[in-house]
This record gives sequence, C-alpha cells and structure tokens, in this order.
Amino acid sequence: MTIRWGSYKVKNLYDEMLRASGRPRPAALALSNYLRSLKDSEIEEYKIGAESAIHVMGVTFTVYTEEEGSIDRAWPFDIIPRIIDKKEWQHVEAGLKQRVQALNLFIDDLYHKQRIVKDKIFPAELLEDSKNFRPECVGANPPLGIWAHICGSDLVRDKDGTFYVLEDNLRVPSGVSYMLENRQVMKRLFPEMFEQYNILPVDDYPSQLYDTLAALSPRPGDQPEIVVLTPGIYNSAYFEHAYLAQQMGAELVEGSDLTVDKNDVVYMRTIEGPARVDVIYRRVDDLFLDPEVFDPESTLGVPGLMRAWKAGNVALANAPGAGVADDKVVYAFVPDMIKYYLDQDAILPNVPTYKCVNKQERQYVVEHIHEMVVKPANESGGYGMLIGPQASKKECEKFVRLIRRDPRNYVAQPMLTLSTAPTLVGNRVEPRHLDLRPFILSGEQTVVTTGGLTRVALRKGSTVVNSSQGGGSKDTWVVDMEAL
Amino acid sequence: MLSREANKINWMARYLERTENTARIINVNTHLLLDLPKRVRLGWEPIIDITSQRGHFYSLYEEADENSVVRFMVTDMRNPDSMLSTLNMARENARTTRDIIPREVWEQVNTLYLNSKANARSVTTQRHRYDYLRSIITGVQTVSGMLAGTMTHDEGYEFLRLGRNLERADMTTRIVDVRSASLLPDMSEDLSPFENLQWVSVLKSLTAYQMYRRQVRQRIRRQDVLKFLFQEERFPRSFYHGLCQANSCLNNLPRSEKTLKLLAKLQKNLLDAKLEGFDQGKLHEFIDELQLGIIKINNSIDETYF
Repeated sequence: MTIRWGSYKVKNLYDEMLRASGRPRPAALALSNYLRSLKDSEIEEYKIGAESAIHVMGVTFTVYTEEEGSIDRAWPFDIIPRIIDKKEWQHVEAGLKQRVQALNLFIDDLYHKQRIVKDKIFPAELLEDSKNFRPECVGANPPLGIWAHICGSDLVRDKDGTFYVLEDNLRVPSGVSYMLENRQVMKRLFPEMFEQYNILPVDDYPSQLYDTLAALSPRPGDQPEIVVLTPGIYNSAYFEHAYLAQQMGAELVEGSDLTVDKNDVVYMRTIEGPARVDVIYRRVDDLFLDPEVFDPESTLGVPGLMRAWKAGNVALANAPGAGVADDKVVYAFVPDMIKYYLDQDAILPNVPTYKCVNKQERQYVVEHIHEMVVKPANESGGYGMLIGPQASKKECEKFVRLIRRDPRNYVAQPMLTLSTAPTLVGNRVEPRHLDLRPFILSGEQTVVTTGGLTRVALRKGSTVVNSSQGGGSKDTWVVDMEAL
Repeated sequence: MLSREANKINWMARYLERTENTARIINVNTHLLLDLPKRVRLGWEPIIDITSQRGHFYSLYEEADENSVVRFMVTDMRNPDSMLSTLNMARENARTTRDIIPREVWEQVNTLYLNSKANARSVTTQRHRYDYLRSIITGVQTVSGMLAGTMTHDEGYEFLRLGRNLERADMTTRIVDVRSASLLPDMSEDLSPFENLQWVSVLKSLTAYQMYRRQVRQRIRRQDVLKFLFQEERFPRSFYHGLCQANSCLNNLPRSEKTLKLLAKLQKNLLDAKLEGFDQGKLHEFIDELQLGIIKINNSIDETYF
C-alpha cells in the first residue's frame, strides 16, 4: 500500500501541499507525484535512512525533565518537505526585513531619547515594568546602531493561507542549525527529488552570520577574533552552539574561558596564553552575562564583560538589552512602530492581539477566554500558555485569575487554525499543523534565510510545535518555479 | 587554540587509544587461553591488573572468571576503564570539540560508540567476541586515519598525537609488567613452549608479533622481546617510539621547554638501561620508573597548557 492522496482530506484550513479540491498546489505537484510513486518498502527505507543519518550526525537537542535531569534526544524529523513558492517567499522576506529594521530602531530609541514614548505611541508604563529593559544599557552605542543582529521570527498561516507573524525572538533565538542539518539529511536521502526541483540553497547562512559578526569588530582591518559563548553542554541548544562555531571556524567558549583585564579588554585563555577577543556571539541570556552587573551568582558569564562592551572594546551579538522588544506585549505594537519609524504599512500582519493591560481589551479576553490563546509576556518554548478551546474550565478560571493579578504580563490572541502539511504517520500521510521560523541577520546588510525552520506538531490535532513538547521538523524548500 | 579544548582533544585521543588497547588485550587473552594446558591456565585476573582495577573489580564481582572479567572490561559502565566507558568518554570529548575536529570524525566516533553499545551482547560468547573487538579496533583505526587525512596538522592535531602516544607508551609498560610477572625468570635459555606462547601473547597484545619476527629473525627470547617493546625506535607501539613522537609534538607546540626537558631525561634513562641483565624484580622497578616519568610529563603538560 502506497501513499494515496485520496484519503488525505483538507477541510476548513490551508494545507501546504493540497488545495481543498484535493489537487496539489502547482509548486507541490512534482513532489506529490513522486511520493505517490514510492513503494511501502521505499518509504520505510527512507524513514530508517533519515533516522540513522540523524543519529550518526549526532543531531540532538537536550530536554529537561524533573525525574531524569537533562537528556540528549535525537532530533525528530519528517521526511516530507514543505514547499513554498519563491514568489510568495519574496513577499515574506521583504516583510521580515521591514519588521526587523523597525525593531532595531525601536530598541535604539528606547535606550536613547525614547521618542516613541514621548510621542505617546508606546505607553510609558509598559516600559517601566518591562522585564527585559536593561537600565544598564541606556546610552550605549553598539556598532552600526544595531541591537538585534540575529532575529528569529515565528510565522504561521491561517485558514486563508495568509502568513502572520506570531512572535519575534530577539534574545538568543535558536533552531537555525536544525534548518541546515535538515537540508543535509534530505540531500543524503533524496538526491532524485533535488533533480526535479529548483530548490534554493540554505547553506550560505554560516558565512552570512560570520560576515555579520565580523563587521562588528572594534578593530576593523585585522582579522577579527570571533567566539561563540555557550552556557555549556547542558544547555538545550548546545548542539547548535557547537555547530555554528564549527561552521564559522570560530572558537566555542564558555564563560570560564574568558577574562576581562583592567583596560576593559576581553581575552580568552589559549595554549599560547591570553588572546584578545573582538566579537562575541553570545548564546547566554542577558542576566547571566556579567556577574558584576547582573546576577552576581552567575557562573556562565564573564565578570567585566559589560564594561568592555560599553567601552567599545568588544562587540556582543545580540547586544544586551535587545530583548526589550522580545516581549509578547511589545509585539502588539510592532505595526505602530513600522508606521512611526519607517512611515510604512506593515507588509506582514500581526496576529490580532489583545493587550490585557488595556482595560477594555482585558474585559474582552476574560469574557472570551475559551476562544483565546493566552500567553505570558516573557516565556518561550510554549511554557505557561493557555489554549482556551482545548483547556478545561478550571484551567481557564486559573488564567482569568492570573490575568487579573498581573495584566501587564499577558496578551491573548484568537485561536488561529494553523496550516497543515502531509506528514508520515506509519506508512501513511496525515495532516499535521506547522509553523515556520526564518532567521534575519542585521548588519551592514539585512539577510533573511531561504525559508527557515519548519516545525511540526507531531501529535494529531496539536498545534504545539516546540521540540521540547513533542514537536518535530521538516525541511523547507523555497522553489523557483520559473527557472524550470 | 583554547586551553579547555586542547585538553579535551588530548583526552579524546587517550580514551580512543585505551579502548583499542583493551580490545587487543582481551582478544589475545581469549586466544592464549585456548592454547595453554588447563593446569597452567592463568585465567583472566591479569587483565584486571593491567588497568589497576583489582579492588574495584572485587567490589562488584565474586570471581575473576571469563564472563565477569569480560563484562567488567567491555560493557560495565560502572568501570571507568571498560571499553564502553572509555568510548563514551571519547565520544563526549568529541561531541564537545565538534567545532574543531572534522565533522566526519565526529560522526565516526559517534557511530563507533552507538554500534559498540548496540552489539555489546556479542562479546559474551567466544565465537562472536573476536569480530566484535575487531570491529572496534578497526573503528578506532578509522578515526586515526580520518584525522591524519582530513584534519589540519595544527596545534589541535599535535595534542591529539601527544595524548595518543603517551597513552600507548603507558599501556605498553603495563602489559609487559603484568604479563612478565607470571613468567618464570629464565634469563637466556630457550623457553619452554608455554612460556614461549606467553611472550608471543605479549607481542600480540601490542600487535608486535609480525614486526618482531621480521626484525629479529630468531626465536622468541625474553631479552629481545623487551628490547623490541621498550627501545625500538621504529615500531609504533614501542615505548621509545611513543616518547619520540611526543617529542616531535612538543617541538611543534609553544611553551614546551620544561616538558621537553623531562622527556629528554626519560629517553636517556630508557636507552641507558641494560634490559638483558634485568631479573623480574629489577624489571618491575624499572617499569615503575618509566611510568613515573610519564606521569611527570603528563603533569607538566597539564600545568603548561590546560
């Protein structure tokens, strides 16, 4: 028994491969035919092939559980790729560039004149109790005026196929290494499919990241010493830290490898003695970066790092304090920011968002709690969320209390119907919901990854795509249909 | 290069070398025992002594029979020197230096560990043991080959060779020490066939048999074996060869003056020794001295670089 598209039903939502009529979208036609041509034994062979490739390549992520501590798990991967037409992608790409440009202007403004607050576009009280605003960063001037050099924005499609931005990750967004590894696995597995399509490559990312970082060096001209700062092997994204360091030819350092001398210059301990560091791609959260300034208990950071950064002797990416715009309440203001700073309309829409801090909007959320997705402002990884339509009465009531106690900390959005894509379940295909995380690099130029990381909720009907909670991923193909 | 990473690369090489050595020792012992008459069977205890784990072994097992010793030395994760433990440590060090070693090397080390773990059962039966251990030895050799062929021969590579050679030199002394202790102190006469077999097994544990025959072209004699395993410069598992390799690594590394001095001293002691005149006690003392020399060198490397 092979894959039969006849039993694959698309109803009341957008499917990435098939239209409601059951016919494939133009860009997906060749893929759906290819899949139909596969025998059961071949599908099985490819699945095993993918699993063993991932095992051998050591593509893992780390999960924390209270019982077992941290464990390394193989990355769950579905072999059917998701296809996006290049024409559509160009529109998304333009929208992301516009968005990140506005976000960077917003962050820089907050740490300087705060014009947007004075002009009453962004409420002062939101800034006052923002958890990610760092008073220590006020007046700082990072190179090129850019704070968020690496941004990962989550996109979803609703019923009609429109891409919405769900959130922007500006602190230490992760996932790009899986995007790159997924492509490696697919190339090992399905060279034939790459013959049939004109699939745009993704593997330029490490070079682009390197260029973005190198442009920040305080000692232009020389070959800059770039390092990746990791919290260590127990971090869930350690795999990615090592991967990116390797791909860029940069050193992978931990806090204890670095020191700051009395002239506020950063050095790493090498076999030849101390060596000066110019750019730090840090994958450690703000609050652990420098025990002199932030959490004094932190052993992950480097004492004196903030001094060195403010003195301009070392560049940090992302800049400390960039997370102020990585907040689900601030998110709601991004279209206003685009208008304010760039005098443009947002190319990519936000998901309509109710800010609980606003009395009327809060009232609406409380009354419609069963229809809403409620999110805390500063959590990531899908933790601490309420999915109203799927929650019990008791859980909904608990969230009403939480919202009333701390309204600033919550936003709510109507439940979207996320798009689906065919995903292997056993030897059959079933629809599973997915999202997309492209990465945007901002430096001398702004660059967007080709596609991004597609995350799939592997559980039937689920919309939670986080790998820590039963999500998997697919390779994302941006295909140029005109080049064929 | 970062100190921490140099340290890890050094240990990755040491653990891989240790794994390979253990595999050889067990393979050879399995075959040796088949050849010996039952009354002089030496059994499996010497294997535990080679890794100085006697106390630990008897806290976990009652008797040093074949099954227990093989389990202890190959699959028991409670023993830090068991092959799966050392492979796991090698893998962990490879995993955390992925930014430095070539990607295919990481994949090979990872596969080696995963396969060895998945097939661990086959080591318990004599019939499958040989193939199992053989595949691990080949796997480790593959890693060495890949490193030699694909990694830039920079400082990282020197630390790798340094670790491998010092570990190998140390293991040579251990094998000779334990194996010779159970032999009769016959100085120059031709050995009885069984003692002969045991010296052959010493050579085989170090894959030195064929090379010894090619070079010495005489029957197996204790003094020639000792000379070959300790003082032969050109045989890759002889003690002296290990020191010479370490010397060349250190010469390519910065700040190595102090360690080089210690090394030169040890080399001189080694070449000055008149091995043919050593009885068992003297040999044991001499080996202790060599091991101490290695420890001093390792400590000096530690202090200078890590």
